[in-house]
Amino acid sequence: MTTVGWIDPVLRSVRPQAIGALLRYFRDLDLAEEAFQEACLRALKNWPVNGPPRDPVAWLILVGRNVALDDVRRRSKSAPLPADDAISDLDDAEADIAERLDNSHYRDDLLRLLFICCHPDLPAVQQIALALRIVSGLSVKEIARAFLVSEAAMEQRITRAKSRVARAEVPFETPGAVERAERLATVAAMIYLVFNEGYSASGGSVHVRTPLCEEAIRLARLLLTLFPGEPEILGLTALLLLQHARAPARLDADGAIVLLDDQDRRLWDRDLIAEGLALIEKAVRHRRPGPYQIQAAIAGVHAHATSSKDTDWSEIDQLYATLERLRPSPVVTLNRAVAVSKVQGPAAALAMIEPLAAPLDGYFHFFGVKGGLLMQLGRADEARVAFDQAIALAHTPAEAAHIRMHLDRLIKESQPA
Amino acid sequence: MLYALLCCHDEAVVNSWTKEKDEAVLAKRHKVTEKLAAKGKLGPAVRLMPTTAATTVRMGGEPVILDGPFAETKEALLGFYLVDCDSLDEAIETAKEIGRDEKVVFEIRPVKLYLPKGIAS
Repeated sequence: MTTVGWIDPVLRSVRPQAIGALLRYFRDLDLAEEAFQEACLRALKNWPVNGPPRDPVAWLILVGRNVALDDVRRRSKSAPLPADDAISDLDDAEADIAERLDNSHYRDDLLRLLFICCHPDLPAVQQIALALRIVSGLSVKEIARAFLVSEAAMEQRITRAKSRVARAEVPFETPGAVERAERLATVAAMIYLVFNEGYSASGGSVHVRTPLCEEAIRLARLLLTLFPGEPEILGLTALLLLQHARAPARLDADGAIVLLDDQDRRLWDRDLIAEGLALIEKAVRHRRPGPYQIQAAIAGVHAHATSSKDTDWSEIDQLYATLERLRPSPVVTLNRAVAVSKVQGPAAALAMIEPLAAPLDGYFHFFGVKGGLLMQLGRADEARVAFDQAIALAHTPAEAAHIRMHLDRLIKESQPA
Repeated sequence: MLYALLCCHDEAVVNSWTKEKDEAVLAKRHKVTEKLAAKGKLGPAVRLMPTTAATTVRMGGEPVILDGPFAETKEALLGFYLVDCDSLDEAIETAKEIGRDEKVVFEIRPVKLYLPKGIAS
């Protein structure tokens, strides 16, 4: 090992838990973040010389806490704490703090940290930005690039989100079982948002943002490590893994969207699929089905199939029907309609989505699916109207280009040969 | 003697690697294991899925089935190589070569191999 390159992944991996613990001490997000930053700087100086501490998280928490306390004391002109050079040898102190920060503490610290990023008053984009900044430790610049806004604008957004969170008065007591379950559900939804933002970007020129997907998977795995027996967290992680497995096949060499039916399934990541399927198996054993598990199961059916034709569409239809019962939503019905079109044909599917026209009148995919079904039924003029509406609602150039391809085909087919 | 080189590593750190980094580590290791394979000294090499995919069955009385790995430690068993070495020294050298420039920990265990039948790759 010639460089200190090994330190970065360590700091990155312990960040959520360290900041979570520091937040519990200081009850102030900014202070917790600063303390962690300072501890990291010291780690970069200290670890290459003294070697990694036995428990890096405990070391960073201890040093971060001391630095911040020291700072407060210096301001009040009292004696400083011992230098952190000494701390790496203070095995007792390290063991002591590690003991107090047992798994259950870590668990609630981390959950709290994630939870405060999901304040219901924060719009989705701000929740994601806050989580990426505080929990994942992405720089403002990186987040700004992901959302295609200026660094200054993103900085302002994050600052605003932070002050909103600071006023929210999140309770710091150890949560009860019900509260913990509620927090877990909120956090799961936020992680899903992060993934979705990467999976199909809400704006900008890039349709898939792999780093956001990977970060969401990392957060989901982290949550699963702390709550290994939660079937919905198993389901969420499986869902993200299975969706992400298809990433290499979702865009062609020119960045154009390739639909599931046309994807080269040899490009799917078999390792991610195997892991996702393994997690579903574990989740199912709990016999407590939930929306993430069902969506993961749907993704699992696709993963099992070698082609679109070979896919068990009636199984997918059944799963969506279950999801509709658990979580009625026009988007779920729209997705079910795609499965229905494969099982019963386009006419049945079209009838199914007719009532969705009002609730989904601003939804790109509604018009995309509608256009596709009309096209299959040979109703070219109506299909063209639907595709035009879809283009108007497209979020990324890739979405628009994909629909335009259908339009071109319609125009070509309508011309006499 | 056959030895198992058990790779133990901080799983959170390995999960934090980028895909490129992960692939680079595997490629680097592959260069070493390739040579062992050519000499007929390499048995199966196994990468375990993350411990989040683990299930533990605890026997003794009524079997208890738990989600997660047997031991909740920071450094988890993430995989192993089976190698044929003449001595422990050679096994140690092999481990050092495979893990060069990494933060991995190898536990070396002599093994008795029962050849499985019927598992298709």
